[in-house]
Amino acid sequence: MKIAVISGKGGTGKTYFSTSLAMSLEKVDFFDLDVEEPNGYIFIKPDISEEIQYGLPVPEIDENICTFCNKCAEACSYNALSILPQLKKALFFPELCHSCGVCSFVCPVDKALIEVEKNIGVIRKGKFLKGNFIEGKLNIGEPSGVPLISGIMKDHLDPERTAIIDSPPGTSCPVVESIKKADYVIIVTEPTPFGLSDMKLVVEIVKNLEKKTGVVINKDRGDSKATEEFLRKNGIPVIFRIPYSLEIQKSYSKGISLIDTVPGIEKKLKRLYEDISNV
Amino acid sequence: MYKPKEIVILSGKGGTGKTTIASSLAVLFQNKIIADADVDAANMYILMNPENIKGGDFEGKSVAKIDSKSCINCGICMDLCRFDAIDIIDGQHKVDQLSCDGCTLCSLGCPEDAIKMEPVMVGKWFSSDTEYGKFVYARLDPGAENSGNLVTMVKHQAKLLAESVKARYILIDGPPGIGCPVTSALSGADYTIIVTEPSISGISDLKRIIKLSDHFKVKSGIVINKYDVNSDNTKKIEKFAQENNIDILGKVPHSFCIIDQISKRTIPSGQCRELKEPLAEIYKKITDYFGTQNETGK
Repeated sequence: MKIAVISGKGGTGKTYFSTSLAMSLEKVDFFDLDVEEPNGYIFIKPDISEEIQYGLPVPEIDENICTFCNKCAEACSYNALSILPQLKKALFFPELCHSCGVCSFVCPVDKALIEVEKNIGVIRKGKFLKGNFIEGKLNIGEPSGVPLISGIMKDHLDPERTAIIDSPPGTSCPVVESIKKADYVIIVTEPTPFGLSDMKLVVEIVKNLEKKTGVVINKDRGDSKATEEFLRKNGIPVIFRIPYSLEIQKSYSKGISLIDTVPGIEKKLKRLYEDISNV
Repeated sequence: MYKPKEIVILSGKGGTGKTTIASSLAVLFQNKIIADADVDAANMYILMNPENIKGGDFEGKSVAKIDSKSCINCGICMDLCRFDAIDIIDGQHKVDQLSCDGCTLCSLGCPEDAIKMEPVMVGKWFSSDTEYGKFVYARLDPGAENSGNLVTMVKHQAKLLAESVKARYILIDGPPGIGCPVTSALSGADYTIIVTEPSISGISDLKRIIKLSDHFKVKSGIVINKYDVNSDNTKKIEKFAQENNIDILGKVPHSFCIIDQISKRTIPSGQCRELKEPLAEIYKKITDYFGTQNETGK
């Protein structure tokens, strides 16, 4: 069973919920795919044993061989190459490159343009309680976490094991990438108009991808009527509730997990996992 | 030469109170344009009550489309594609629009010339009137890519409006994270207000966003929201700010009043006294910063 945890709006408690869910299970792999701001380690406190640099192919042009025909720059959809024939210069802007390979495909001169690897982030692996910890961390200044997310899902997702996937916030491409391989998607929301508005957007995504879904209402002050009404109309169940509590916020701020803060919640999370597995 | 001051509100971590601070500052600042650049999860409109809404479609990248009549299902496109965007459905090669990056490699490599690139609409942008001034925002279609470009579009529209009324400031509510939408929001900015919270996660993300804003050489100041939830961590943030020569613009306490006002879709600074004082301080520090800048002719 692969479960992805998403939210739309940031700060609704995705990481806080998903880390405790993972910590209450056995034989589990926890994936932190919020690669721009990975924070799962704060609550899981894994022993990191391995760091793997993650790179993507980018072009390297040999100006001694290049004929400056400009075919690569013309073909590049991202304006990452600029050829200056008079100066016999080929300029490459790595922050614009999407590593698609079009430039090397169209280059007519042998060995003038080769692809070399450029580092965009790191994958950290380790162990906690009864599980494995896998985190992606994007280098500051890199434009997109999507390649790192898809790379982790391709190389490190074990089909035999339970996976809890902590996804990035928002409603765009990185979220889609992180839930593609999930069997079930948990949406963590909060009962504010902001939480509701963003949840509506992610509900559209999970519907388009035809994923089974349930919602966790966090910071519940008994004010979740509008949220529940929307979910009922869309046939999506509320599967868990966490009350609004200053105590929980204080624990969170210190890096203390939800299961170490609320007595008895570990059992409830275990049961929730079993219920989801039976859906 | 006329150039409005661009003030961007960022956080790194989501949910720290960017929109609360941005909307409340929009009440205080005079002679400004307001923009919501969190196009993935745009929420500022909920508090702004926009009227006279005008706008347009936002065209994203072009994506590949396979003409099933000319396609011979040779599979070359599938081998070439580095974004895993081509699947075989019912024996026919098809492009998954959400995965396609628009690079054109499949279309260049197709021996039958069966793949064409077609633009897709991925969102909408809006300009509007509000009680507090002109307001620009946008909405990215769920699951779409290119939010960095839509952020640039929102900023462009805000600048055009600023130009037309010679506004002194553009206040921009930014997206969370440190990726492309954030760099688009930061590029060309004059000041960034970073809203953080005294949690370990908040501090970790604060350090990453400061590095990014330093990289873009944008002056930054910090607002600590819910500072009383963890006073030890608040001290850590203050120490970090001091060591890195960053101003602490203000500190806002945890407040049910703020949450209740937002639930009523109201900008919270009007009703919540605990927000008024820190806001006045933030406003003063920023306007002073630009004031001194003008005097010294920087």
